Amino acid sequence: MPVLERNGGHEWRRRTTGESLIRWFGWLIGVAVFVVCWQRISEATTWFFVWDAPRIADDIWSRATPPRWEYITQLGRPIWDTINIATLGTIIALFLAVPVSFLAARNTTPSALFIRPIALLIIVSTRSINSLIWALLLIAIIGPGVFAGVIAIAIRSIGFCAKLLYEAIEEIDQSQVEAITATGASRWQVMAYGIVPQIMPAFAGIAVFRWDINIRESTVLGLVGAGGIGLQLSASLNVLAWPQVSLILLVILAAVVISEWVSAKVRGAII
Amino acid sequence: MLRLKKLVKTYKTGDQALKSIDLDVPKGQVLALIGPSGAGKSTMIRCINRLVEPTSGEILLDDVDLSKLGSGALRKARREMGMIFQEYALVERLTVMENVLSGRLGYVGFWRSFLRKYPQSDVDEAFRLLDRVGLLHMADKRADELSGGQRQRVGICRALIQNPKLLLVDEPTASLDPKTSRQIMRLITELCQERGLAAIINIHDVALAQMFVPRVVGLRFGEIVYDGLPTGLTPDKLTEIYGEEDWEATIEKVDDEDEIEAAE
Repeated sequence: MPVLERNGGHEWRRRTTGESLIRWFGWLIGVAVFVVCWQRISEATTWFFVWDAPRIADDIWSRATPPRWEYITQLGRPIWDTINIATLGTIIALFLAVPVSFLAARNTTPSALFIRPIALLIIVSTRSINSLIWALLLIAIIGPGVFAGVIAIAIRSIGFCAKLLYEAIEEIDQSQVEAITATGASRWQVMAYGIVPQIMPAFAGIAVFRWDINIRESTVLGLVGAGGIGLQLSASLNVLAWPQVSLILLVILAAVVISEWVSAKVRGAII
Repeated sequence: MLRLKKLVKTYKTGDQALKSIDLDVPKGQVLALIGPSGAGKSTMIRCINRLVEPTSGEILLDDVDLSKLGSGALRKARREMGMIFQEYALVERLTVMENVLSGRLGYVGFWRSFLRKYPQSDVDEAFRLLDRVGLLHMADKRADELSGGQRQRVGICRALIQNPKLLLVDEPTASLDPKTSRQIMRLITELCQERGLAAIINIHDVALAQMFVPRVVGLRFGEIVYDGLPTGLTPDKLTEIYGEEDWEATIEKVDDEDEIEAAE
């Protein structure tokens, strides 16, 4: 923020002339890169298929409507499995995420030098791999089915929950912890009285938020054989049974809407 | 009862918060610690119960050197020292009763405290204390529903239920309005008298300190520069503690307020 002295008065401008030039130059390079990339992509695209897209989409739409309503009788069990995968996975993840988050938070970790990096590594590694990939791995290890799905969702969620929770722990009001420590409370009592009440709202919020995400993630797990409604989806796609596909998509949509409504209600009730 | 011998605290940054403090607090004496911000008042109070680790020196509470205690013995020693905080430091999401009972955490085991199964004698004492400070009807309210003055009363109950010998009071009135400040100071000094408690009260309102305590200790840059009666705080002394300022108004104000109090 340059303040210039001119004619005895002060003049203020947001940027100096040099800074403005640099910014314009930056924009110029950005636009140039965009144009070059666009050309490259264009060369690598078979435009025939793209121009064809509206017609194909229309074709699929006409095949997919109306949905095959009577197929719903076979979807009850899979959608129930999907919800179970999400719920159980979330619960297991929360149990594992709580200790990890306490080990990762700067103000509660027993050792910032050794244990904290390990906890952070757990958080990063579980978070960075998509649950679909976890499911692929786990199916190879423990075989296909709902159990592999539950574990995949659980592992994927540990990092997410632990990260948000340890950030909440680091943001607590330290004076309450001090006050409880000053009474002569033990380490565990300080945790139960000074820290836990402060992070309860965050914990509840994280739990329902992750459950909500997991409902959506678990719908696709079946695509790789980890149980749930995704199994039906991939089967229907393979035999080009478009009316069944559209019904499954509608069921998934309904499940997601309901889960979002439930989590909003729960969050509102707790916070 | 409490003796500080050559207490030194040097922070990692190299700031010397306390430079060889020697202080003797006899049983049942209430003293005010005054001084400008950054003089080391808070650090000194926190060194006594070792929320801040002192760098060197001795802290003798009834001839036990607190600075050398291991963690178990330190917890036992902390039970003897109740602490009251500037921003109350209540656990906001717990009830008033739970906050008061948390003062007993040093005496009950983890599971009893976790399940809130405190001994009946503790619960009785908590009710007695809440009644004494006039908050009996609030026992079941959540701490964040209370006003500042009410919260500080809960903070006082939490400190007293420890059955301490000494109260460490850190700026008890800094977040309160003038009237509530007086009420809280009066309550603290009265309770100390009733129970024969010694207390160290950090306070930056000189007039308020002069009104309520028999001994004032002035701290400047981590050193004691005044130790004596509140009436001995002349403008010269205040200049020594806080730096150059027109002090006549402050001291006159005290007299005026005393007259108003008396008239009421």
